[in-house]
Amino acid sequence: MPTTTLHIRRGGPGEPPRHDVFELAFEPGESVLDALRRLRIGTDPTLAFRYACLNANACKECMMLLDGKVIYACTARLEARDMRLDPLPNKTLLRDLATVIAPPDERLE
Amino acid sequence: MYAAIEAARQGAGSVLLLDRSLIGRGGATVMAQMTVAAAVGPGDDWRHHLADTLAAGRGLCDPELAALLCEVGAECILEMDRWKVGWARAGNGFASVQAPGHDRARCVYVDFLSTGPAVSKTLRAQVQRVGDAIRRVGEVLVTDLVVQQGRVTGAVALHVASGAALTIAAPATIIATGGLTRLYARNSASANMSGDGYALAMRAGATLLDMEFVQFFPIGHLAPRLIGMDPIMWDPFRYKLGGRLLNGAMQEFVERWGGDAENGTYSTTRDLATYAITKEVEAGRGSPNGGAWLSFTHVPAAELRAAFGPVIDRLAANGIDLTRDCIEVSPIAHYHMGGVRVDTAMRTDVPGLLAAGEAVGGANGANRLSGNAITEALAFGRLAGAEAARQAAEGAPGFDLAAARPALALLASEGPAQNTAALVARLQHIMSADVGPFRTAAGLARAATALAALRGEVGTTPPAAPGLAHDLARMDWLDLRQMLLVAESVVVAATARTESRGAHQREDFPEMSPNWERNLPLRLSAGVPELA
Repeated sequence: MPTTTLHIRRGGPGEPPRHDVFELAFEPGESVLDALRRLRIGTDPTLAFRYACLNANACKECMMLLDGKVIYACTARLEARDMRLDPLPNKTLLRDLATVIAPPDERLE
Repeated sequence: MYAAIEAARQGAGSVLLLDRSLIGRGGATVMAQMTVAAAVGPGDDWRHHLADTLAAGRGLCDPELAALLCEVGAECILEMDRWKVGWARAGNGFASVQAPGHDRARCVYVDFLSTGPAVSKTLRAQVQRVGDAIRRVGEVLVTDLVVQQGRVTGAVALHVASGAALTIAAPATIIATGGLTRLYARNSASANMSGDGYALAMRAGATLLDMEFVQFFPIGHLAPRLIGMDPIMWDPFRYKLGGRLLNGAMQEFVERWGGDAENGTYSTTRDLATYAITKEVEAGRGSPNGGAWLSFTHVPAAELRAAFGPVIDRLAANGIDLTRDCIEVSPIAHYHMGGVRVDTAMRTDVPGLLAAGEAVGGANGANRLSGNAITEALAFGRLAGAEAARQAAEGAPGFDLAAARPALALLASEGPAQNTAALVARLQHIMSADVGPFRTAAGLARAATALAALRGEVGTTPPAAPGLAHDLARMDWLDLRQMLLVAESVVVAATARTESRGAHQREDFPEMSPNWERNLPLRLSAGVPELA
């Protein structure tokens, strides 16, 4: 059965960068976000990433880097290969793949 | 957002607009790709809209709330137009379509499948235009309301980005957290529609009603898998193009289950379509993935493109050509008619606490008419905002930190590691299996037992330690605490209502009974939802 190997950047600000490796069964048609949600349920509920609308590309929260390129996790298709996921490099890191993306005037100071 | 705008407009100088994710980007409105019902066309009147709303509600609408929805809603739609939301035009007026259950074309929209995002964007812009009177703070997950001498005086919340606990003092608090679709595995709204507003209100002493009425949207997308598309997208397709609903043998079947022949139009109401699809699947005549086929293959390509231009390209990117391919659809949790009981000023039974939008129960009775959800969000938001401003001007008792201590202690507590994401998935499967559109006493009892077991496993403390940024595992636990209470409320009400009406169908009590033409209020009693 084909598999996808996700290399996911973990940790918070100030921690030495590391990528955890997760193998999961490849399901054709799934988005990267679907796979991340499946990983939380099946393997690691502490994995941090942002999303609200699940699959409609309406909330625009799930931006991250896939193999170095900015994507929406809800519209990028999962593929049966090694895929590397990193947080947005130009935003303040919260933890794992989650970054501070709220407009500055909507943050709690 | 409409409530915040109205509160500021009515003189409230210090409005705090909180959202558990980004302001105005989560929730249900931004996901709504379809239409908005309002009597704004020539010759229409909000009373006609009201008549249709009451008929759809199968005798259970609160007529005063329904009237406000229709009357104030129409004013809000016109105000949104002045705010340049971009309602589609036809001739000198708004373009509109006739959705099932309406006596005429009454549903305005923003092309192409952009209604919800346009409404959200317009409201975000108006909130910003208000300026300093509205302070917006996103990523604040309210976990409890603070009650002093029977009055809500504020809230305790988790700041998601930092993991810190917050207290908020407020002379008036409006719950506008939407519905409960996240209780179901297949749903059409954001992940943040966990029913938290219902649980917050109930814990603060408010009454919920009509909790048994969960609306399932009959033609939610099922297969093939789509990305970047909302599962309810086929509704506007059907408004404009009709389409044909077919069983696994490519036969029309709605008539077999009590519907009228559609003849290429879209005329079957949501509850009947959900029933027909489910029964056809049960009879072994479903589509391969357990739903029904939806076909537009008889519609010429040019007509498809004229109606949905850029969406046709997005479908092509997903490998779907509607001139050739049918898609599979099946019922999906979409909306909740029930909610917090309020009066005509959106006041709950608890002083200092108001509700607005889908969180309000009663306006839509047993079945919501297509297009009424955004209308309701706007109308009830406006009313709640005005009342909150009035209450704020009257003043309120000072915030007493002692009253917030138990809620703060919960956020500070440390518990054993748990896979809370898997526990949420389990709750969703319990609800989908036995508390979907069709219910039986045995199934509801099974759900009650399973929820009780889940409650035991979830325990009384969130996993790990507080203070971690964007801690989804702890957030899932805090959500589970609310979702369990809301799921139990649905089960209690659905078990009590031994008849079938609108969105609540009991297979063991298939008839609608005149004895049940009443609402079921629920209150919290010793930590458990009970019929009041």
